[in-house]
Amino acid sequence: MADFLFEVGLEEIPARMIAAAEDELARRVFELLTREQLLEPGQEAQSYSTPRRLAVLVSGVREAQADMEEHLTGPAWNIAFKDGEPGPAAQAFAKKAGVAVTNLKKVQTPRGEYVGASTVRKGRTAAEILEEALPKEIAAIYWPKNMYWREGKPERFVRPVQWMVALVDEAVIPVEFAGVTAGRATYGHRILHGSEPVEIVKPADYLKKLESAKVLADVEVRRQKIRKALDHATRKVEGALWREDEPLVDTVTHLTEWPSVLLGGFEHEYLELPEEVLVTVMRDHQKYFAVEDAKGKLAPYFLTVLNTEPDEEAAGIIQHGNERVLRARFNDARFFWTVDQKISLADRVDMLQAVTFHKELGSYWDKTQANREIAKRLADLVKQQGVAVDEKALLRAVELAKTDLTTELVKEFTELQGQVGGLYARAQDEGEAVAQAIYWQYSPASMEDAIPPTVEGQLLGLADRIATITQMFGIGLEPTGSKDPYALRRAANAVVKILAESAIPLTMIELMGWSPEVSGRLGHNDDEAAKLLNFLRERVEFYLRDVRGFAYDIVNAVMNNVVSGKVGVGWDDVRDTVARAKDLSEVRGSEDFAAIATAFKRSKNILRQAAEKGLLKAGEQLDVSESLLTDEAETGVFRAASKLAPVVGELRAQREYKAALEKIATLRPDVDLFFDRVMVMVDDEKLRRNRLALIQFVLESFSSIADFSEIVAG
Amino acid sequence: MASALKNQISKQPLTFQEVLFRLQSYWAERGCVLQQPYDIEVGAGTMSPDTFLRVLGPEPINIAYAQPSRRPADGRYGENPNRLYKHLQLQVILKPPPADIQDLYLASLEAIGIDLREHDIKFEEDNWEWPVGGAWGVGWQVMLDGLEITQFTYFQQCGGMDLDPISGEITYGLERLTAFLQDVDSIYEIVWARDPRTGREVTYGEIRLQEELQLSVYNFEAADVSKLWEHLRMYESECQALLASFHEVFSKKAEKEAERHEKKHEHVVHGDGPVPAAEDLQQQLRRFPVLGAYELCLKCSHLFNLLDARGAISVTERVAVMARIRAMVVGVAKAYRQQSVGLTA
Repeated sequence: MADFLFEVGLEEIPARMIAAAEDELARRVFELLTREQLLEPGQEAQSYSTPRRLAVLVSGVREAQADMEEHLTGPAWNIAFKDGEPGPAAQAFAKKAGVAVTNLKKVQTPRGEYVGASTVRKGRTAAEILEEALPKEIAAIYWPKNMYWREGKPERFVRPVQWMVALVDEAVIPVEFAGVTAGRATYGHRILHGSEPVEIVKPADYLKKLESAKVLADVEVRRQKIRKALDHATRKVEGALWREDEPLVDTVTHLTEWPSVLLGGFEHEYLELPEEVLVTVMRDHQKYFAVEDAKGKLAPYFLTVLNTEPDEEAAGIIQHGNERVLRARFNDARFFWTVDQKISLADRVDMLQAVTFHKELGSYWDKTQANREIAKRLADLVKQQGVAVDEKALLRAVELAKTDLTTELVKEFTELQGQVGGLYARAQDEGEAVAQAIYWQYSPASMEDAIPPTVEGQLLGLADRIATITQMFGIGLEPTGSKDPYALRRAANAVVKILAESAIPLTMIELMGWSPEVSGRLGHNDDEAAKLLNFLRERVEFYLRDVRGFAYDIVNAVMNNVVSGKVGVGWDDVRDTVARAKDLSEVRGSEDFAAIATAFKRSKNILRQAAEKGLLKAGEQLDVSESLLTDEAETGVFRAASKLAPVVGELRAQREYKAALEKIATLRPDVDLFFDRVMVMVDDEKLRRNRLALIQFVLESFSSIADFSEIVAG
Repeated sequence: MASALKNQISKQPLTFQEVLFRLQSYWAERGCVLQQPYDIEVGAGTMSPDTFLRVLGPEPINIAYAQPSRRPADGRYGENPNRLYKHLQLQVILKPPPADIQDLYLASLEAIGIDLREHDIKFEEDNWEWPVGGAWGVGWQVMLDGLEITQFTYFQQCGGMDLDPISGEITYGLERLTAFLQDVDSIYEIVWARDPRTGREVTYGEIRLQEELQLSVYNFEAADVSKLWEHLRMYESECQALLASFHEVFSKKAEKEAERHEKKHEHVVHGDGPVPAAEDLQQQLRRFPVLGAYELCLKCSHLFNLLDARGAISVTERVAVMARIRAMVVGVAKAYRQQSVGLTA
């Protein structure tokens, strides 16, 4: 068995693209070897990458495919052979199969006797196959942004290919791609090793050879080295910690071949700038890690990850250079902060007329007006429900919310929009409630983020997003498939998260300002409200399943509960839906409850079949007549259910879902007995209708929390 | 560490003009034609015809030039130590880019006294785009100890046309680079020149501060908005008229060529009929001032930037004016190509 190594050397690949490309190359090579039956079972592909290379190493590669015996069947024997002599058909078949006529055999088939031939197909060598197939696999790697570089534009790839290494054990496979022929020479670190080629004798040497040329090709090894070096460098400051930042660790891992870490500092005076600004400059603009003291407060230090290993003198130079850059950046930020204070947020409101929100929907000034209408309506609704809202602060926050888009600081650090507005509002004595609401308006930006901490901030965030979503749907810009250019799904996800995790007592329908009848439009797609409704329902489902991690059957069950005789409207109350999903998840494991779920599924099936056979009209409500209950088991279920229904109803009203569900589970003995003993679809029409009425009664009495028939037994 | 720094500084880093000399010599030694700065206002070295037009078409070219680049909105009255209304770029175009272009670039840093073993250098993804010129490319920003010192781009499209061959573009920010080498915190403290006889130093501030201040005042306060609009309209209409007449000439030539081809065919077949001379049209095409039209585009672009700095362009106008300038710039690029193709055909 042989080892196979393949490396493609490139000019610096964008950090964000490396991980996926490394995986894809490994997968493609592995699948190629598997497809071509060149791989021993149980093998795995090891993959490596640095900014200048992607590599894959596979052990257990066969040097050649096994020879394959093939059995061919030709014409019928008595057509091919007349009197034992081969005719033209036999000659033709032998030629096609590549065997002598004398080697043709008689084979028995279900259709009779036929001419057969056995041939051996010689297995091809791994070298042959790889040389032929690898260029196509490399060319097929997906890159978010490609370029061409050679004259005549023969290929597109992420960056120009500089070299390739392809070895089956010690033999070079001269794979050709992008004008480069693979050999055994790779290259080490640009500076620390220089441009001398590094010869790889055999695949197993790869990592070691590169390491001696100052390249750590294993991404995880680099990541751990960086983390350790960050810890180590931070120790120079008493009690300090570096601020964990997984995405930044990932980025710098993909920006380096031989990483090390340097600690730098900045003057105390810059700590007067808001922490948000300092951290953004360090993280987003300089890829530095922030350092905090033992109390979690930002300390005047930073950590930078280098792609080199400097001696003490060089370390001093590099540290000095980085400190200089950071100081200039902080100076800029301070300059913008000072300039921005010359025009207050209040005086910037009219400037919003010059900032386009969307070319059909107008400016941010127009958007502010739309946001105000909705914020006002929401404040009224919420107050009616007894929630305290500082309405004046809310409307002031709405008024000023977008004005930071005109500030120099936000033009420079766009990712700080909202936060800058909040900080300026505070500095300009707009009051804490206003400042907080503005500051948090774009939260949650992702599903990992927290929601705004204040009611005013939550209402501003809701109003802003609802205005955007409705207006965009209004001009036909709803998301389709993978296309969502205005990030409306993200906006709606944030709406759902705020409703689910805040104390704002609004349903989705109330939030949108719809009449309750709109809920009947679910599943339709013919008007705007219906489209929006389906869109929002999808987002609630997404939140329950993907953000909260509820099982899909639990999600289906709680979203299809019965509310005042209607199905599919209960999800509208997001917080309540979450609570039901939570409690339902807890009881689903109990044996009694599983039995109830099965019984409910059975009941639902019976009712559906009855409706299909025309024994029941669609939506027909039946009444149970007690006098027609003939079996003890029927009476038992009816009495138990009648007694339990008000109790469960009361618990449901109190949102004591777990208690309610546990009560429902106590129905099990009666329900089990009923289905054991009683046949519903009997010939006697009166009896049958009464029994249908009975199961309908039970289903409807106990489906207000969830549609248990959705629960999958498990 | 302090002594190490002192060592560095005592090496006496290059002056601003020496950095420029060294880089120019470096690239000249590697086959670049040294061009002088273009004498019309541009926002970046890319907009000089020596880049924008020369990257079009198949003819190889290696060229380098310093280019003062004006960005009116970036003016800070000379008060901000890191921002300038007008900064100096060194632009290098290598078409087609040699396979070792990155190594060539790194060696150019050594040429200005940067010992790469004492620094941290990274190539970080940064793609370049000039929508008004229908131009974009992929590449990197080159980071030296956390400072962006160079924009490195493989041009892919220009004037809305795919490039073949592509060009490699290396743009050094000379003020940043020199401030780094000299370890000064303000651009204005950069030593521009040092008299070798007396050791007397002239700073960047002495040469340029007044200009930064006065042109910031002009750009933000004094420029007459209605006159700027008037200038813009004048340049624009002249450029559009030139482009229109180019298309007239060019389509006439194409027509004639088709006609001549037919006549030749007839001549061969029937042995009679005169062949029209195309020399006069060829001459007309050669003389046509496409480059003049491009200069008018550059004027428009700069006036647009001035109006923008004056805050005189509303959102709706912005989109519309940018689209008109784009149409002119892309139109010139296409005309330039048609002209070259027409003349070599």
